[in-house]
Amino acid sequence: MNIEIKALSFTYPTGLEALRDITLTIGSGEQVAIVGQNGAGKTTLVKQLNGLLQPTSGQVLIGDWDTGKHPVAKLASRVGYVFQNPDEQLFSKNVGAEVAFGPRNLGYKSEKVQALVNDALTLTDLTDKTETNPYDLSATWRKMVALASIISMDTDIVIFDEPTTGQDAVNVARIADVIAELRKRGKTVITITHDIDFCAENFERVIVMSQGRILLDGRANDVLGQEETLATTHVDPPQLTRLGKRLGFRHTVRNQEEFLATLKNNL
Amino acid sequence: MAVINLQNVTYKYPLTDSPALQNINWQVQEGEFVAVIGPNGAGKSTLCYTLAGFVPHFFKGELSGTVEVAGKTSNDSTLSEWVLNVGLAFQNPFNQISGAKYTVFEELAFGLENIGIPRAEMKARVEDAMKLTGISDLAYRSPYSLSGGQQQRVALTSILVMQPKVLVLDEPTSQMDPIGTREVFGVIHSMAERGMTVVLAEHKVEWIAQFADRVIALKEGQILLDGTPSEILTSPLLQEHGFGISRYTSVARRAQEMGIWKKDKLPVTLEEAVEGFTLTPSESENVK
Repeated sequence: MNIEIKALSFTYPTGLEALRDITLTIGSGEQVAIVGQNGAGKTTLVKQLNGLLQPTSGQVLIGDWDTGKHPVAKLASRVGYVFQNPDEQLFSKNVGAEVAFGPRNLGYKSEKVQALVNDALTLTDLTDKTETNPYDLSATWRKMVALASIISMDTDIVIFDEPTTGQDAVNVARIADVIAELRKRGKTVITITHDIDFCAENFERVIVMSQGRILLDGRANDVLGQEETLATTHVDPPQLTRLGKRLGFRHTVRNQEEFLATLKNNL
Repeated sequence: MAVINLQNVTYKYPLTDSPALQNINWQVQEGEFVAVIGPNGAGKSTLCYTLAGFVPHFFKGELSGTVEVAGKTSNDSTLSEWVLNVGLAFQNPFNQISGAKYTVFEELAFGLENIGIPRAEMKARVEDAMKLTGISDLAYRSPYSLSGGQQQRVALTSILVMQPKVLVLDEPTSQMDPIGTREVFGVIHSMAERGMTVVLAEHKVEWIAQFADRVIALKEGQILLDGTPSEILTSPLLQEHGFGISRYTSVARRAQEMGIWKKDKLPVTLEEAVEGFTLTPSESENVK
């Protein structure tokens, strides 16, 4: 299911022009990271994808559905959106009920709901916490509950807004595993992140936003090597990309494997 | 002189079975900048709350052992006495802003009003502190109209005006974007430069390596490691125990296994990595 954004502009009722003339296609099964400083329009853009916000002008298509012509409740069957702050999204009395809420609302039969819930809980390491109230869990685990409650809806498109904020190394690795599994399943994953190393290690395509526009869009290695352009929206290249540059590597590297391979070749 | 002195400190939150801090023995010298690292749930926030007196005065629960800061013990002091010596910055500055004030200037004066500082001195202290943290231009803005980085700098300034001996920061940049992170670390650095004792719970090891004098690694409520940043942040124990480490350290460790990294010490920062990876063959002989 492709995402087509055509000449999209969006102005908030306050008069703030948050998105300016954005045209963008995201293909089925792509893994895309969106980066850029606060206020660049990242969250405003992804909220257009499930109809939470409607274009001031232009058009957003999710497959053959125009987001302007379908209610949010219907778009929810195609686009899942995990909020930055899990506390804005969790409300059920236990983890199992929370994760079952989405698929049940999509009208799935109870056996299918149960299968989707089990799968989402397994994927997020939550199987032993089914009966726990989400608010008795640490912030780390509440984040995983938020992820699970969207994954259980089995949408073709999954959006994560700042999934790694406030997470420790173990949980960041767990979230990376979830994203890798969704990729295997052919899902489209769109992730907003400030964690540029996480972006470099987990996404093939990177979109850089600045002041409501798309500044760069392309293969991760091509985008993340453009230090000067990135600096205009206060994004530093990933640590290993910077190190490679300083060591005079001719090509941009973005993870350990690429770095070590280049280093060996240069010896 | 030790400004912080913890002796056999064990603490349990109310209604919990296992202690959040276990038998902590720890001293911090006046003027030291100590970073506290650890996975989520290791006890970093609890340690911060203990230093700030929230444990036990606000959270209650069972505290045993002695918590001494600036010569006073927390069990024998009230919270209002305690805050004169220790300032705490929360993860999310939004939780710190009083909500009772219309401007940043008034917000910064709030703490001083509460301890009865005369008006003229209050004004002078607020103006000085704003200069130090570079937020003078925000004085007449509403605290709620600011970016995350600006808000956190306001929160830090509101502690600075109180002139505490010890500044405790609980992951102050975890909700910030990179530009906010840089702003906030700039302020913390200048406070430390002025001789304030700083205890900083933080995941971002590259920043710790640049600024901290000393690092302790917490795991399950206990101190696992305690030493200099370059010692602790490159310890193989960190990766084993699920701590975050710098990409420079992990890639150099792989390179070391492949025989490409020639130095004994692993890097934490970009500069250390550049230096280690650019050794010429003759230099690398010397290092061995």
